[in-house]
Amino acid sequence: MKDNKIEFTVNGGKKVYDGDPLRRLLDVLREDLELPGAKEGCGEGECGACSVLLDGKLVNSCVVAMGTIGGKDVLTVEGLKETEQGKCIIEAYADAGAVQCGFCTPGMVMASEAILRENPEPDEQTIRKGLSGNLCRCTGYDQIVDAVKLASERGKGLW
Amino acid sequence: MSHSISNAVRRKDAVAKASGTTEYLSDQFLHSPYHAKCFYSTVSRGKIISRSLPDLPEDYYIIGADHVPGTNSLHMIIDDWPVFADKEVRYLGQIIYLVIGPDKEKVLELHSRIKIEYQELDPCYSLEDSASLLGGVQHGEDNVFTRYDIHHGNVEDAFAGTVKILENEYYTGYQEHVYMEPQSMFAFWENDSFVLHASAQCPFYIRKSLVGALGMEPEKVRIIQTATGGAFGGKEHFPDVLAGPLAVAVYHIRQPVKLVLDRKEDLAYTIKRHPSSISIRTAVDGDGTILAHDINLRLDGGAFASCSAVVLARAVFTVSNVYNVPNVRICGRVFCTNKVPSDAFRGFGAPQAVFAMESHMNYLAYELGVDPLAFRQPYLLKQGDATITEGKVHEKVLLPEMTERALEMSGYKEKYERYKNIPGKGIGFSYFLHGCGFTGNGERDLIKARIYLKKDEQDHVFIYASNVEMGQGLSTTFCKVASKALDIPFDQVDFVGPDTAIVPDSGPTVASRSISVVGYLVQKAAERLKEEWVPGEQQMITQDYSPPEGLVEWDQEALKGDAYPAYSWGVNIVEVEVDPLTCEVDTKGIWGVYDVGVPIDRQIVEGQIIGGMVQALGYSHLEKLENRDGRFKQATMADYMIPTSMDFPSTEKDILDNPFEYGAFGAKGAGEMVFDGAAPAFGAAVSQAVDAIIDEVPVLPETLMELTDEGQ
Repeated sequence: MKDNKIEFTVNGGKKVYDGDPLRRLLDVLREDLELPGAKEGCGEGECGACSVLLDGKLVNSCVVAMGTIGGKDVLTVEGLKETEQGKCIIEAYADAGAVQCGFCTPGMVMASEAILRENPEPDEQTIRKGLSGNLCRCTGYDQIVDAVKLASERGKGLW
Repeated sequence: MSHSISNAVRRKDAVAKASGTTEYLSDQFLHSPYHAKCFYSTVSRGKIISRSLPDLPEDYYIIGADHVPGTNSLHMIIDDWPVFADKEVRYLGQIIYLVIGPDKEKVLELHSRIKIEYQELDPCYSLEDSASLLGGVQHGEDNVFTRYDIHHGNVEDAFAGTVKILENEYYTGYQEHVYMEPQSMFAFWENDSFVLHASAQCPFYIRKSLVGALGMEPEKVRIIQTATGGAFGGKEHFPDVLAGPLAVAVYHIRQPVKLVLDRKEDLAYTIKRHPSSISIRTAVDGDGTILAHDINLRLDGGAFASCSAVVLARAVFTVSNVYNVPNVRICGRVFCTNKVPSDAFRGFGAPQAVFAMESHMNYLAYELGVDPLAFRQPYLLKQGDATITEGKVHEKVLLPEMTERALEMSGYKEKYERYKNIPGKGIGFSYFLHGCGFTGNGERDLIKARIYLKKDEQDHVFIYASNVEMGQGLSTTFCKVASKALDIPFDQVDFVGPDTAIVPDSGPTVASRSISVVGYLVQKAAERLKEEWVPGEQQMITQDYSPPEGLVEWDQEALKGDAYPAYSWGVNIVEVEVDPLTCEVDTKGIWGVYDVGVPIDRQIVEGQIIGGMVQALGYSHLEKLENRDGRFKQATMADYMIPTSMDFPSTEKDILDNPFEYGAFGAKGAGEMVFDGAAPAFGAAVSQAVDAIIDEVPVLPETLMELTDEGQ
């Protein structure tokens, strides 16, 4: 069954998967690769706690089947936090008071990276739109929006 | 005056959480040898007449009532909630079995083969069903879990001499917590002890609930709190309900087991905010002055008592809100129904009560033809005023200053006048207060909080308490309080995560008490440690609660005295636009001004303000949760909609200082009060926009369509 092998990269490292193609990317990241930064908040693609970047696009990894990611590049918060951009966003979250319970935060950080890649100097509406697939029950979002603005200001030239 | 302790610091937990390195329960126990799945009842009320279980392969277990080694009940305030349903079920979703095994798929397959046969009984789905004892009595003699009566002044006399009686009834709906991390726990047996890691607010509550069921000494039951991904009251008592079955299972199989609810289970079967029905009759004299309120306050408690009694107490003590009215009578009752139990949720009865009274004040102003804001002013509580429980407002009340600030920030007066002539636009106002800490003598007689401060040989200080970090910033604010009192750097103090084997019982993480009550103990302990400080030596300070001086003694039988030692206060203003065709409401502006004593960290309190506001605006019109025949219709997060980043504009806020002598550096509670005022302010704004009385939340477009069709 070697034809079923799925090759992909996670945080720059090559991976080979040869299990059930219907298995969720989220489970493979967490259980097989032991990368628990992506969280399961709803399991139905509604909350964004499991957000990762797939070929640079923000996706909910709980609704991505392994069979669809051959040849693709996955970036999780574990990879992002090692980059200058990731560090800038994380520091901005800490300084803006954007973190409360923290369960949504890795997903929010991934969404923030996606926003800033698309538009390094986003206005408030652009930021709110970019975060709208990621739910947070603690903050009411204002300080998360502030964090993205702060990262954008501090990280000029990074994106 | 701004206090230096209010200056923001970076939260202790922020970078680890944002980096994804903080381990929540499912991360800490990524791999578990055994998994558990709850088997729930499928009828709302009935007798179990037969059970059919599949044959079990090796290493698979189905655990139920017959396995409970002690008593089949969870000890909360009373012990009516069974660990497993045995002969009868009282709501759809009650746990009958726990299915356990190493392979999740196999567990699900076994789960699908359990068959239960019921003899169904008439369920009570409404307050009226319950009051009429439909299907036979289920609790006590009248289906009332708890009743509290208050009579301040003399309502009969006031009504006898009255010119006008104005009466209206107010309703609030269910609300689901939607903490982003679902209910999660992991348990195992170690030596002769049961050990549970849980996402939870109250480790000692869990322990208390389990000892009787397990028939074990408290010392042999150890509860360790894991990083908690949101709670809002939903992890106050409900973890007991999952921990009970899990503990019984682990007691028998002596293997590590993980129990994590999926989101659908969590939405369907975990506790909710109490729906309420509050009618207020008001006696008014010829000048339009309020003489008396006669209030009938009813909560839907669901199938088991849980902490409904305490929620009711807060609702009753809060319903007169910020007003000094000489004659007030309240009959408060929480009824037993055959639905998922209602329980703690941020605000804890106060949001329902405040919604009713604020909406009623608007109704009175409307009926009397006066301005709603001006109408309220003569009644605002002042320092020294009596409360409805014959206690006293001990503190200076800043409501006039707060009002002025909120009006200035929002441009309320000008907008209110202008929107009178613009259909579809409205602006609304609310006042609210929130008592700090447990009701009455609870802190002194029930909780008896104790904390430790320990210093190691490197002069690093550790705070030992049972209050948890659940997102509200406690691990940071506790350390700020201690470092400030010790006059040492913030980084030299750390908070020890709650573990019942290690920390003393400083009480539950509820009732806006952590900073105002326990934080004060941290401050006092730190002041003592500073005096006794010996560099390079291990030292330990134990600090016990003692009640503030000068309070009016509380009588729990008569419900008289100071219900709370102090109050936090707030003013909210909300501006809306209502679409004339769809009746969708768009929130255009949100303002809040608060008195939380002294904010221990301005940024953290602002985070509470914005978060509480948005959660409460969700409650006001987005979060529709309907129970039909015992089942919630909204089954997924696509159906039950909590606010997104697009739903509301930024919250503009201000905090006025008003130090509380017995709070940590003057702090009062903040986490709950910030929820209390949004719904009535939103309702008032919509009311102006559609020119009709709003007496119910959530405010739904279909309701508004009916109202506008009626041309009210």
